[in-house]
This record gives sequence, structure tokens and C-alpha cells, in this order.
Amino acid sequence: MTEARTDWPLWEVFIRSRAGLEHKHAGSLHAADATMAIEHGRDLYTRRMEGVSIWVVRSSDLVASDPGEGAALFEPARDKVYRHPTFYDIPDEVKNL
Amino acid sequence: MSQAHFDYLLRLGDTSLVLAQQLGEWVGHAPALEEDLGLANIALDLLGQARLLLSYAGELEGCGRDEDALAFLRDVPQFRNLALAEQPNGDFAATIVRQFLLDAYQRELYGDLSHSKDGRLAGIAAKALKETQYHWRFSSRWLVRLGDGTEESHRRVELALAELWPYTNEMFDVDATDRAMEEAGVGPSLAAIEPRWRAAVLAILVEATLVAPKDRGKLTAGKRGLHGEALGFLLADMQFLQRAYPGAQW
Repeated sequence: MTEARTDWPLWEVFIRSRAGLEHKHAGSLHAADATMAIEHGRDLYTRRMEGVSIWVVRSSDLVASDPGEGAALFEPARDKVYRHPTFYDIPDEVKNL
Repeated sequence: MSQAHFDYLLRLGDTSLVLAQQLGEWVGHAPALEEDLGLANIALDLLGQARLLLSYAGELEGCGRDEDALAFLRDVPQFRNLALAEQPNGDFAATIVRQFLLDAYQRELYGDLSHSKDGRLAGIAAKALKETQYHWRFSSRWLVRLGDGTEESHRRVELALAELWPYTNEMFDVDATDRAMEEAGVGPSLAAIEPRWRAAVLAILVEATLVAPKDRGKLTAGKRGLHGEALGFLLADMQFLQRAYPGAQW
């Protein structure tokens, strides 16, 4: 088991729950290749009908922002409340907004 | 009720049931957590098929036996599964080879059964076919990975294939029950399934750099109730609770 874990790289899994919605990060898994990663994604993350589509990407291919730069990256947005589209009335029929 | 029809449903249901129980034994023991869940998913699909088939068989028999009575209160000689299904899990390679050979068979069988004149069986088969297509994908990809993998994985999968191949003869051994069901338009022609099964299996074996073993003329008869000792151990485990505490529910 330890050997398998060091052998198999880590993948990030994204699941689209319904047609029309975006893929959302569901979690990660280990797999030897892309085909196996899709199969494992299906077996691990769609057991309860969570999805209609799966994306997988090697975790090592993801580029993440640096937590240390959090203040510079995100805090300037804090006082710009006018960017939130909260001034519109949303009809009840519109879902998933 | 036709005895052949009842027996035929038991053959289908028992093969899925026994295989489900076998795969369930891998839970907590598979080479990786992801495979653990993959095998458990397949086991649950097979258990679902067994429940539908055995429930139907019980109703057809009309003696008041439900799926539980058939699964938990029959002894070895009353089981009608293919002998291949009861062969021990062995190592991961043996489990994959057994699964691969049976998936290829069930895929053809359920495909044809989904056009059965028996409407209820056709419905069960249509549902099972979708599941089996995924099982086949799982087991055939693994067979290629192991066969075309390392020296050790190739050696193990080759050994398992030599061991289990002779049990495939039983799949296509037509007896009175099969004949009666084919004539009634309930079951498919096993003679027609065989070349399709062979072609699908051989194509994957080539990809897996494996060669189909030579036929040694071995013929098991699990579907007529003749089983090896492995099934006895399996049933002892599976049936313990209902035997020790009859009617127990949770």
C-alpha cells in the first residue's frame, strides 16, 4: 500500500453535478494514469449520483497563489462593495445564481 | 412454473451473488483505497442484480421463498452459479482475471437477455448491462496494466489466466435448461455468444501481451449444482447470520 502511494501520482477531481453547471472541485485521489484517474473519480466521487461529467488534472500541474501574498492579492477588494451585483431584483424562477 | 425457467434465473442470480460476496472480501484489503472502493462498487452492482433475479425466481417458484430465503437458506448443491465465480480471490491478479472473464460473458449475456421474451428478465438485463459495461471497462483496463506492466505483474496475471481459463468452458456448455430457455425465447443462444466473447477477450489479451491458454477440455458444472469446496466456505461466511439467528433483521 505504501508502495502504491509513492508510485501513483496525485490527481485533483472536478465534478459537474448537472448539465449547465460548472465543474466543482470534489477532492483528490491517487491513480497511475489519466484513464485510471477518471475511473477512480467515478468510483469515489459519483457513487451517490453527484455527477454527469468528470475532469481530472495532475495535482502537480496546478499553480496556486502564495498564501503569504494574500493581503496584496485579496484585501484591496474588501472596500469595493459596489462590485457586488446586489442592486438587482432576481426573479424567483432563476436558479443557481 | 417451469423448473427450467426457475433454474435459469438461479444460474444468473447465483453467479452475480457469489461474485459479489467474493469482491466484498476485498474491502479493506485492496492494493489502494481507490481500488478498494472500485471493487466494492462492482460488488454492490452485482448484489443488486442478484436481488432482482432471485426475487423474481422466488415469485416464479411460488413456494413463498423470497430473495433472502434463496440467498441465505440454500446449501451448496442448490446453488447454480458458474464454477468460475466461486474460485478463490487469490491475489489481485487472480481476482482481476476472474472478473475479466465473467464481465466479458455477462456483457454478451445481458446484451442478448435485454431482448428476452420474458419482459421482466429483459428489464433486469437492461439495467445490469449498463453496470456490466463499466465492470468490463474496469477489469479489462486492469488486465492490460498487469499483463503489460512489470515482470512480476505479468507473471502473476499469466498464472491466474492459466488457472482460471479452463473454467470458461462451462459458460458455453449447453444443457437441457439452456436449450429449453432458448427455445422459449427467454435465453440467448450460447453458441452465438461464444465467438463474441472470445473475440472481446482475445483482443484485450493481445493488448495485455498475454496468450490464451490451450483448452484442456476441463468442464465444470456449477450451474447444475456441482461445486468445489470453496463455495462451502463462502456460504458459511455469507449465511452465518441467518443460520445462527433465523429471521434476524437490522
